[in-house]
Amino acid sequence: MIVQTILFYIFAIAVVGSGATVVVARNPVHSVLFLILAFFNTAALFVLIGAEFLAMILVIVYVGAVAVLFLFVVMMLNIDFDELRSGFVRYLPVGVLVGMLLLAELVLISVSWAVTPVRTMVETAMPAGAAAISNTRALGDILYTRYLFAFQVAGLILLVAMIGAIVLTLRRRPDVRRQSIAAQLARTRAQSVEVVKVPVGERVS
Amino acid sequence: MTIGLPHYLTVAAILFTLGIFGIFLNRKNVIIILMSIELILLAVNINLVAFSVFRGNLIGQAFAMFVLTVAAAEAAIGLAILVVYFRNRGTIGVEDVNMMKG
Repeated sequence: MIVQTILFYIFAIAVVGSGATVVVARNPVHSVLFLILAFFNTAALFVLIGAEFLAMILVIVYVGAVAVLFLFVVMMLNIDFDELRSGFVRYLPVGVLVGMLLLAELVLISVSWAVTPVRTMVETAMPAGAAAISNTRALGDILYTRYLFAFQVAGLILLVAMIGAIVLTLRRRPDVRRQSIAAQLARTRAQSVEVVKVPVGERVS
Repeated sequence: MTIGLPHYLTVAAILFTLGIFGIFLNRKNVIIILMSIELILLAVNINLVAFSVFRGNLIGQAFAMFVLTVAAAEAAIGLAILVVYFRNRGTIGVEDVNMMKG
């Protein structure tokens, strides 16, 4: 138990530190890299309390897709980031004020609110024996039965997002000449060959 | 001293606050604002998973997965819009985004 406590504090401090670095970093590439670190440490926190499936999904989806997408966009766009930071000091006081207020409220709620360990929904409750059924299987058991519709809608959301991103960023350039295989194959002899009777001594107009 | 629900909620609260703070601090940089939104959604996920585990109810983890889905879709669409905007205007400054003003 003591090892778990120490690990929790290590990962929690790493999450908070990397989250702060994401926000205040001078270079956006560093921000993305610290975002990846925050995701990894959150995955470790999830593993500590036994949510292994979500931890692995976090690593795959966030680190493998979202963070790489961010990195790609940051590196692809040629942006003067110093110019974008010009209001940094001006917004610092109000940001600190609002942040401190929000943090005080949230932490007060989370430490003062006593949670009663009631089990309201017996069907979805976790099994008593931890080794009896794995986290992934338990999650799949409710995801593919009770939340099947929500699961399908989630897939639909991803499909719409994919198509939307493609439609938004696809660019048709009118000045580029492309090979049109259908037009090439549909050519007939009459369209492309012309036999000209050349009179002797004249030229072909 | 054992780690309980309040510890996880506190970490999530700090992360959420950092996300809000980041939106305030980087008012001009859309990329950092999107990353701050990702931090906020991560904090929400920590909350959902912590409640799910410590109250012994798996629904929270199922919903954390849906939140993750929406976060991924949001990042993809947001960055696509950003790329299109940069292609048209040559800048990503938030304060210049008033093309649709009537």
